[in-house]
Amino acid sequence: MSSKRQGYGGVVVAAPVTVPYQRFSKETAHWWIARALRKLTRSAGIKPADLDGFSVSSFTLFPDTAVGLTQHLGLTPRWLDHIPFGGASGVAALRRAARAVQAGDANLVACVSGDTNHVDSFRRMLSSFSRFAQDASYPYGSGGPNACFALLTDYYMRHFGAKREDFGAICVSQRENALRNPHAIMKKPLSLQQYMDARAISDPIALFDCVMPVAGAEAFLVMREEDARAANLPYAQIRSTIERHNAFAEDPIQMRGGWEMDIDELYGMAGMTTDQIDVVETYDDYPVIVMMQLEDLGFCAKGEAPEFVRSHDLTIDGDFPHNTSGGQLSAGQAGAAGGFIGMVEAIRQVTGSAGPTQVKDAQTALVSGFGMINFDRGVCSGAAIISGSEAS
Amino acid sequence: MTNPLVPPPKKNPQKRSRVPTRPSHMRSRAALGLAAAAAEGRFMLQVCDECKTVQYPPRDACRSCLSVELVWKDVSPKGRLIADTTVRTSTNVYFRERTPWRVGTVQLDIGPSVICHVHGDAAVDDQVRLIIRLDKSGQGVLFALPDKATPNMEDDPHMREMTCDPKFRRVLITDARNENAPALAKSFADAEASIIFIGESESWRPYPHREALRKIPKVEILPLDVTDTGSVLELAGEIGGKTDILVNNARFVRPGGIIDRTDVNFSRDEMDVNFFGMMRLAQAFGPAMRGRGADGQNSAAAWVNILSVYAWSNMPEYGAFSASNAAALSLSQCLRAELWQGGVRVMNVFTGPTEDEWHQPLPPPKVQPAALAKSVIGGLKDGLEDVFVGDVAKDLIDRWRAGPKILEREMIESGGQ
Repeated sequence: MSSKRQGYGGVVVAAPVTVPYQRFSKETAHWWIARALRKLTRSAGIKPADLDGFSVSSFTLFPDTAVGLTQHLGLTPRWLDHIPFGGASGVAALRRAARAVQAGDANLVACVSGDTNHVDSFRRMLSSFSRFAQDASYPYGSGGPNACFALLTDYYMRHFGAKREDFGAICVSQRENALRNPHAIMKKPLSLQQYMDARAISDPIALFDCVMPVAGAEAFLVMREEDARAANLPYAQIRSTIERHNAFAEDPIQMRGGWEMDIDELYGMAGMTTDQIDVVETYDDYPVIVMMQLEDLGFCAKGEAPEFVRSHDLTIDGDFPHNTSGGQLSAGQAGAAGGFIGMVEAIRQVTGSAGPTQVKDAQTALVSGFGMINFDRGVCSGAAIISGSEAS
Repeated sequence: MTNPLVPPPKKNPQKRSRVPTRPSHMRSRAALGLAAAAAEGRFMLQVCDECKTVQYPPRDACRSCLSVELVWKDVSPKGRLIADTTVRTSTNVYFRERTPWRVGTVQLDIGPSVICHVHGDAAVDDQVRLIIRLDKSGQGVLFALPDKATPNMEDDPHMREMTCDPKFRRVLITDARNENAPALAKSFADAEASIIFIGESESWRPYPHREALRKIPKVEILPLDVTDTGSVLELAGEIGGKTDILVNNARFVRPGGIIDRTDVNFSRDEMDVNFFGMMRLAQAFGPAMRGRGADGQNSAAAWVNILSVYAWSNMPEYGAFSASNAAALSLSQCLRAELWQGGVRVMNVFTGPTEDEWHQPLPPPKVQPAALAKSVIGGLKDGLEDVFVGDVAKDLIDRWRAGPKILEREMIESGGQ
């Protein structure tokens, strides 16, 4: 089945844009998305009217969707998408937009994610996140994703002998990366000792295992390669993508995600192996899910991620550059933009435009998405491999 | 091991009573099946009528074959606790006030994994037994217990939030004259209630079991006539702020229906005690109880009505009495909706004919006072809403659920027997 898939030849991704995050904002998602779009069009040297495709990911647009945004922002796209996949929305937006451009349904697609963060919006979102969460997880302590991931982390630690220090290694190295990212919300260094001593949130999860909910937006453009070249825009090739939902539903608790089902296709389509990946951007709302991605995406065997993080340096200059912008753990989680942060950073990395967080000679990046704790586990997963235009 | 509950200190009357808060009560319609199961203390989940797959969380279509014929069934509550966490920060005020709060993942032997509250004595990797209980929002929730009973397990603080255990609570039994009063009082004393107030009407008029009542430890007999608004208000003024469990056991019973009674006098008395009595009590005691739903270990917990099971379907031989109980049942649903805000439970105990002088001509089985009392205490300990005492009551509700119209005919033909 996998070999029948068409490649993404002729379609590229460009113009990575981040609207710097804020801890709290009185503004709306519409405001944040508008700022991202404006920044996107300016950086690409285009007018909003040039966009004929528009893809939106946001949690806080209610009662609007992408539809309401077209009128609100004065866009007249002929291709419109709204992707409610949370942390998997970046990969999903890319692969859908790429097919639209490839088929000629759109020429220029703006993929945007953005959310606001009011003082009370996190609580409001948690209590009505999904029907199963409302019925079957929120009434139990109302710990939100902290509690759900605490259960997964507890199980993972018992089964694979992971120690808190191992999760700490991920968080500490991402903080080191974040200190080089001027937009990161976290500005102070984090030591392993500080990580270990942090306030308990939902055992075994402590403060620095959790992301900081913030307001912010991320965006990129999907277009034809020839158009990018004509506009003189740095761009990246889309080598392969995968997407899966509700994988391994019979597992009693989540120990793996949908990546495991599709990993052969991911590398097969790209014609690559893991050792050809220069930068890895995983979805990191909690470090345990980073470990699962390292395993499921083939960087080590199941249960060996603790050893993997012990034996690798995950910082920008390390032997396994990972979440180079600091990821959500240190740059902040801007709602659905948390599903874009890795993609936008990866585009920067492979186009050589990451500035202070640039990994030397980064040609190829793997971006992974994970989203939506619908009840007891993340339902959506996806991944993409992209390469700079000079990569073969 | 659970630390045994210690008697709460006397409350400083100048201290503010904490405003009751509640866990989230929002549920889909399918998920309300858990509340229905909890109301009777059953462990039920949806099972696909076609492929028999057990479903969780509650849903509208089978996760295995897409059939929409999902039926709530009694299923095995056994499973294994495979992960746990202690929530220390919560976005919900109720839990925030009660952290640390333990929850876990249980893999049920019958298939699904669930997230549930966890008893302090259940350890990860242990076999556990799940129960469904009503939380303070009145919704059904899953609770994992150790497979085998442990010492003082009912004193687990999470568990006590979801039950109405009389231990160290103060009880008002409204009618000393009812023949069931001594058995009720004795059972509450045995269940370690801290005070048992008993309301007594027309104190000048003797009745056979007064001495027996007085001898039960912790009993305090106080004047109360539920047909007299002034009397009810007076007692509420005195003990309303320390009534944690109210047992409305006043009842007026006379045989007879409509035509063979020549006037409405008995019916008026039946309504005055059985219906308006509850209303007067609720208006006098309800506000304080609703406000004291989170008042420490001996918070207001439950309102108990002892009703005739013929509230569900009229028994013509006691036709007017049945009607007054039907009215009382309806009123109790209203009371439940109103006490909900304070997290105070309304438990209805439905009984068939009781062993007393007004049911003397009826054949057995009849409900003995001790059996009734046992059901009241058991229901409170399990935090139930609907309890059916004795074979007649259980049989009647079975028939009612199978078809109320058919039951109506049966009540005519059998004379309710």
